[in-house]
Amino acid sequence: MSDVREALMVGRGSTGKQVRRPLSPHLQVYRLPLTARLSILHRITGVGLAVGALVLVWWLVAAATSDGAYATVSAVLRSPIGYLALFAWSVALWYHFCNGLRHLGWDFGHGLDLAGARRSNMFVLAGTAVLTVLTWLIALAAQ
Amino acid sequence: MANPNSVDVAVMRSMLSRARGLGSAKSGTAHWWAQRVTAIALVPLALWFVASVIGLSHQPRAAVLHWGAHPLNAALLLALLVMLLHHMQLGLSVVIEDYVHVPGRRLMAILAMKAITALLLFASVISVVRLAVSF
Repeated sequence: MSDVREALMVGRGSTGKQVRRPLSPHLQVYRLPLTARLSILHRITGVGLAVGALVLVWWLVAAATSDGAYATVSAVLRSPIGYLALFAWSVALWYHFCNGLRHLGWDFGHGLDLAGARRSNMFVLAGTAVLTVLTWLIALAAQ
Repeated sequence: MANPNSVDVAVMRSMLSRARGLGSAKSGTAHWWAQRVTAIALVPLALWFVASVIGLSHQPRAAVLHWGAHPLNAALLLALLVMLLHHMQLGLSVVIEDYVHVPGRRLMAILAMKAITALLLFASVISVVRLAVSF
């Protein structure tokens, strides 16, 4: 044996014969299906929302501190970068929200087959789009 | 691999001596369960919070003080913060466990993340209490 990695590739087929196991999806060359992309997106949006939680706490602390502190948060959030961040967080929130509902459905055993997963892909994407657009329509109309 | 039949597959098995005596931690589902419970709680809380923030977004600080002074809003804010930060801490732990492979560094990263989360919780709870009693 030349390489320890080769040893990890050894397995037995259903007949008991030693075989070289198939390689798992190689992230650099394997085109991930939509379900897999949405799966990793759940984690990415979760980490993004954790950054948003920092800003949420900053906003609350500023509101409880002084007019000056609150004015600073408001100015930052109302800057172009602030709006961009708020928009990104709204997309991340509604994505994580819809995909989280899908996960809860899976926990109850619903839609675990491929057809069900493809249907819920669409539910998650459409739900994210609708909720994000609705949020900003109402928010901008209120300004 | 020249001849697959000659390969030693001992590496595929874990040593009995390593596995024996470790037993069950008996709390294997606690993390998973807490993540689901906080997720379910966050469904209505997130909807309420987004609606509230939209209502406050065009108003001055005085409106936020007035809003936070209502006991119901303060209670819902506390529920949101506890559920959100607990859910966040559970999720970030798994992310760190998956990507930080050096054991010492992994422990440091998780402890630092939990410490920051705890401080965020304390700071925000104090703020909510201050808003609640300010009117």
